[in-house]
Amino acid sequence: MNRRAIVLTLLLSAAAGGAQAQSFIPDARSGGKLLLTGGVSTIEGSGGGGIATWATVTGYGEEDGIGGNAHVTLVDLPDYQFRTAGAAIGLWDRVELSAARQEFDTGDTGALLGLGQGFTFAQDVIGVKVRLTGDAVYDQDRWMPQIAVGAQHKRNDQGAIITAVGGQDDQGTEFFVAATKLFLARSVLVSGAVRYTNANQTGLLGFGGDANDDREAQFEGSVGWLLRRNLVVGAEYRTKPDNLSFAAENDWFDVYAAYALNKHLSVTAAWADLGSIATFDDQRGLYVSLQAGF
Amino acid sequence: MFTGVLAGSFLVAGVAAAQDPAHRPGEEAVDAYTVTDANAGATPFTGTAMLEAFHGQPGIDRIVDSMLDQAKADPRTAGIFVAPDMVRLRRTLKEQFCYLLGGDCSYTGRSMIDAHDDLGLQPADMGALVEHLQNAMAAEGVPFHTQNRFLARLAPMRRDIVTRQGG
Repeated sequence: MNRRAIVLTLLLSAAAGGAQAQSFIPDARSGGKLLLTGGVSTIEGSGGGGIATWATVTGYGEEDGIGGNAHVTLVDLPDYQFRTAGAAIGLWDRVELSAARQEFDTGDTGALLGLGQGFTFAQDVIGVKVRLTGDAVYDQDRWMPQIAVGAQHKRNDQGAIITAVGGQDDQGTEFFVAATKLFLARSVLVSGAVRYTNANQTGLLGFGGDANDDREAQFEGSVGWLLRRNLVVGAEYRTKPDNLSFAAENDWFDVYAAYALNKHLSVTAAWADLGSIATFDDQRGLYVSLQAGF
Repeated sequence: MFTGVLAGSFLVAGVAAAQDPAHRPGEEAVDAYTVTDANAGATPFTGTAMLEAFHGQPGIDRIVDSMLDQAKADPRTAGIFVAPDMVRLRRTLKEQFCYLLGGDCSYTGRSMIDAHDDLGLQPADMGALVEHLQNAMAAEGVPFHTQNRFLARLAPMRRDIVTRQGG
């Protein structure tokens, strides 16, 4: 082998090495996830089901992309109306940042409660979620679910009323760990999360109360059955603290259908049972949520 | 040096039998590898239900052809298929699907790692290719829940297929 051949070989291997090093960095691409696998938007703005947070990172970005969405949700109850709107972003299928504003409109019930006609509690929620391990969709040969941890900070604008009903604080921070797994061969999704919280009615009636002020572990979970690529039906359950002596607080439950027109628009409809809220029992009604994003 | 490499490959080609899977007529040569069904990357289904749901070998052929035609036409994935030998890819994918679905086939292609290590596929490519396969299976009339049973077998291959994962 002469000297020119050696130099040429060195140059070629250097170029190959350079190409190899570069090739580990993927191009930025959006929309890498499969339809509906980013979940929809919870009432608190995080990616998940409707009342239960999932371990998925919101939006359609995979590890090589960013996803994001905005949502509006309405829950029409016999004695109240609950509205929420928010936006969330998913970064490289690793980190999720979310913000939502919730309004709990007491309508005619406000006058009966002595708060005034149409009295409305508003609450801002900012959240962060980090995926720790697992891939809910592709790890079909393992039992290990996708696992994420997160926190939500909530700030309610009705501190005086919250104090009057026995609430300890008008703001609070909750921590959660969530595990989500798609059992693709069965077309079934299962998700569970443990939330460490002292929120009353998810914070709409403040945090902590005269009966209990400590955070405690509560559960929220979803099951879903994939009927088509763009349609999943299922049910959710969420346990809640019971910190205020003036009014019992019940667990929440819903049955839902989520339909994705495409990766940019989805609609979720549910029948939700939110139990007793501020002494008014049997708060069951229609839940409708629209999500737009990428 | 280059002469030596060329001579080596001619030597391999000369020794190879007519049915050497690495050198079928109309296909480009690939480096020698061990032929084994284990290269298919998953355990096959038992029984005949899956194969019947995919309408046997003719159905598998239509699904693979449709999937690859979509992948070549889709701007998201067209670039992947500029260089690869499509004749060989169509053959080995059809073999792989037939083998995994419980058909009377052997898989003679390379392992998932070896077949993809030069392609530089990234996560969004994987999603797009799954969508092409879903479209093809739906067009063939494979029931949705049966599609998912098959996809569940293929899904873990992502770890070998996607080589540009990033951070």
